[in-house]
Amino acid sequence: MSAVQADLEAILCRIPYARFLGMRVELHGDEMTGVLPYSERLIGNPSLPALHGGVIGAFMEMTALLQLSIAERLMRQPRPVDVSIDYLRSGRPTDTYARAMIKKVGRRIANVQVEAWQEARAAPIAALHGHFLLTPREG
Amino acid sequence: MTEESLAERIMSLSPQSRALGLQLVSTAPEVVLRIPYRSDLVGEPDTGVLAGGVVTTLLDMACGWATVAALETPTSIATLDLRIDYMRPAEPGRDILASARCYKLTRSIAFVRALAYDQSPEDPVAAAQAAFMLDSNAGRGPGANLAPPPPRRKRT
Repeated sequence: MSAVQADLEAILCRIPYARFLGMRVELHGDEMTGVLPYSERLIGNPSLPALHGGVIGAFMEMTALLQLSIAERLMRQPRPVDVSIDYLRSGRPTDTYARAMIKKVGRRIANVQVEAWQEARAAPIAALHGHFLLTPREG
Repeated sequence: MTEESLAERIMSLSPQSRALGLQLVSTAPEVVLRIPYRSDLVGEPDTGVLAGGVVTTLLDMACGWATVAALETPTSIATLDLRIDYMRPAEPGRDILASARCYKLTRSIAFVRALAYDQSPEDPVAAAQAAFMLDSNAGRGPGANLAPPPPRRKRT
């Protein structure tokens, strides 16, 4: 396991809400993928059934936070300032993946875009873009 | 929809609402929901602040139910987009509430605004603006999502 993967596992382990979601991460080179294994309690619409939109948003937000924490030297976890979520397809009862792209990092604010998908990367189920407040490490 | 049947529907909780311990506070004039503070919903272990994702999910739920409350005939709904401003971290140890109002309903779309707060709506934790699609199941019956997605059409 690489040092970065170990760091990520440690961060995920420390965040109770990440464990509540049951979220994992996979790291291939410098590319991180958030993984949200399907679980019945993530369902928001039991009829279809479909994953809860809030859960998909929360998962993408967490993926953005993790991507920032491995890309930047930060003193503490970034905090979301605002997020905008587009829902493109209903989330089927299966595993969901997400990848975050950091579009710009300023002194205090980072702009991040995230896409979530299930069966096909080319058919995303949701997208998020947001701003996050950073507290850089001194020196 | 009558207030009683709305309350009944909200409390016949979805698995995610049950997992979060969602409570109904009121249905009129705004839909107000509460998630009691719980240590397993914390996003910042050093401070005990609730995860942004909990606020996101609560706001989505409040907006969704405000849409249902505004509908004359119940129909399936789905979030089209959700924009959230996080004004300040929620106070550790305090329950989080959200109140939502559907301020415009068209034939296909509901426009909704919501505030999340831990003490008073005057000092919000977060604000949301959302659009919901109405009749989102559009002929898809129960269990429609269990089948694999149809092959994607090539756009020309």
